[in-house]
Amino acid sequence: MKRQLMVFVKQVPDTKNISGEAMTPEGTVNRAALPAIFNPEDLNALELGLQLKEKYNFKVIVATMGPPNASEVLREALYRGADEAILITDRAFAGADTLATSYALSCCVKSIGNVELILCGRQAIDGDTAQVGPQLAEKLNIPQIAYVEEVIDASGKSIKARRAIEGGYEILESPLPTLLTVIDANEPRPASAKGIMKYKKAKTRSEVAKQLRDADYTEAAVLAEKETILRSKNLWIHEWDAAKINADVNRIGLKGSPTKVKKIESVVLKAGKVVSIEPSEAGINGLIRELIEDHTLG
Amino acid sequence: MSTRGNVWIFIEQEGGKIAEVSLELVCKATELAKRLGTKSEAVILGDKLDGKFDVLFHYGCSTVYQIEDKALEPFTVLPYAQALVKLLKQHKPNILLFGATLKGRELGPRVASEMLCGLTADCTDLQIDDFEDKINKANYKDKLMQIRPAFGGNIIATIVNTWEDPQMVTVREGVMKLTTPDTSKKGKIVKITPELSPETKVMKVIERVRKPKSVDLKKASIIVSGGYGVGTKENFKLVEQLAEALGGQVAASRAAVDAGWINHDYQVGQTGVTVRPKLYIACGISGSVQHVAGMNESAKIIAINSDPEAPIFSVAHYGIVGELNDVIPKIIKAFKAKV
Repeated sequence: MKRQLMVFVKQVPDTKNISGEAMTPEGTVNRAALPAIFNPEDLNALELGLQLKEKYNFKVIVATMGPPNASEVLREALYRGADEAILITDRAFAGADTLATSYALSCCVKSIGNVELILCGRQAIDGDTAQVGPQLAEKLNIPQIAYVEEVIDASGKSIKARRAIEGGYEILESPLPTLLTVIDANEPRPASAKGIMKYKKAKTRSEVAKQLRDADYTEAAVLAEKETILRSKNLWIHEWDAAKINADVNRIGLKGSPTKVKKIESVVLKAGKVVSIEPSEAGINGLIRELIEDHTLG
Repeated sequence: MSTRGNVWIFIEQEGGKIAEVSLELVCKATELAKRLGTKSEAVILGDKLDGKFDVLFHYGCSTVYQIEDKALEPFTVLPYAQALVKLLKQHKPNILLFGATLKGRELGPRVASEMLCGLTADCTDLQIDDFEDKINKANYKDKLMQIRPAFGGNIIATIVNTWEDPQMVTVREGVMKLTTPDTSKKGKIVKITPELSPETKVMKVIERVRKPKSVDLKKASIIVSGGYGVGTKENFKLVEQLAEALGGQVAASRAAVDAGWINHDYQVGQTGVTVRPKLYIACGISGSVQHVAGMNESAKIIAINSDPEAPIFSVAHYGIVGELNDVIPKIIKAFKAKV
């Protein structure tokens, strides 16, 4: 059997390019103002996974947990060279904090079995917590190497990787399976034209069903037939719900989340009384004199 | 008589030297414990720690748990997590604080996951308050309000951990203020030898290279910081010249670091260092919320930017709308003339 590695990715709102107000007047996060993108460091994790595929002949399985349209990031991963994609989606997962999320992801890994390496981006730009990677490793009871810059060797039963530490780096060796969280230390490859041509047709069951409904085909047999065709061409994106991955309903979603959000507030930069200084010699001389007099300078 | 546990701090050490953020957390933990009527206690892990940890007592800890084992030096996550989890289960602290450092952010989640408790990352403020969970109709008294930026710093969220203690958080470096240490204070050291299982020792450190940080921005009283508006690496020299002329320290926004004009040690902001100098001069910095979060407590802020609409002007005390290569030489000249 081919060696397997998994890359967990996330579709996130693009918090670095916010258009309009980040908050609605009702005080909730205005996701409409934030375009959905492939979480940047997850692209680094995918890149590392694809390099390992090329070097050690791993099969790369990419998975995400999210709403049905998070399938978009899976197609993006297929365009770049991933072999198989899984969308973990279920209303029961909604409201999950990092503990409930890592539990659900661990159920997914267990459902697949024989995964030697798990790669995650260090953190997602919506929450910036960097918690899901280490928590997933703990849930699977396997070692973790956080902040990986590059893999030095994964030919045998252990992995040697270089990772960032405070003020330097470390080379660690860990027996497989191991989980890596990956930082922005490689150059993610772009989607290949060939990949896009092939995988833009990759679909989840829900997407196929919707397509058929729109065309007024509703018989289950048509859906089943379509599934067989897509599977045979490796264009089938798996869509797994909580039952499929044997997740305990008490440990997922809001119910499985110990942390609750008490309130959220939009950040409003305090509108201070800024003193305008003319960029002339006189203006600047005046400012410097004032700062020397109040002992800020000199 | 309350059965509430104490407020704990994970003390980060490297070669026996305690990280600055750990001392900041001791001060905050002591304040929280006072409010809760409990004590602040520290836990430090390593090997052959020589126990010069009086400073922890001076900042307010009553007890230091000192866990020593060969496998705890240098830091690797598995033995640290196991030793810490054992101690937490035994003593049941109410709150556990970690610095949001590379180590803290790697260890915290591993421990929280095993303890099945919540963890909030990168807090910038901590308070004690009651919490009413309206959805589950439950009331909680004296919980830790875990306050942190989210969505790239565009919102501030207050998070509460409603499951079993400890209420765990990582706290950003430089945001909690050091109190004045009381050198007469003493406390108790409890030495512990953990029984680590062989599975925690499977990872090997093959090579470890550390070089001291090139700069300590937190100690600078004058900071001259350059952003994307500086334009080129060549132009960044202007920022350096201004810093040198004023006897200050040069720094940068993330955009300038990403552009390769200066290294990450010099970065101010959410993913860099939080500073509060006497004077902060922002040169060509637009003023993203991520950057502002790291400098808006500076005593005086001067913003120089060619764009009068740049958000940096809303946090500045003095605003100069102009070109850097015109304004900076004028400031240098004015300062030299007066000194």
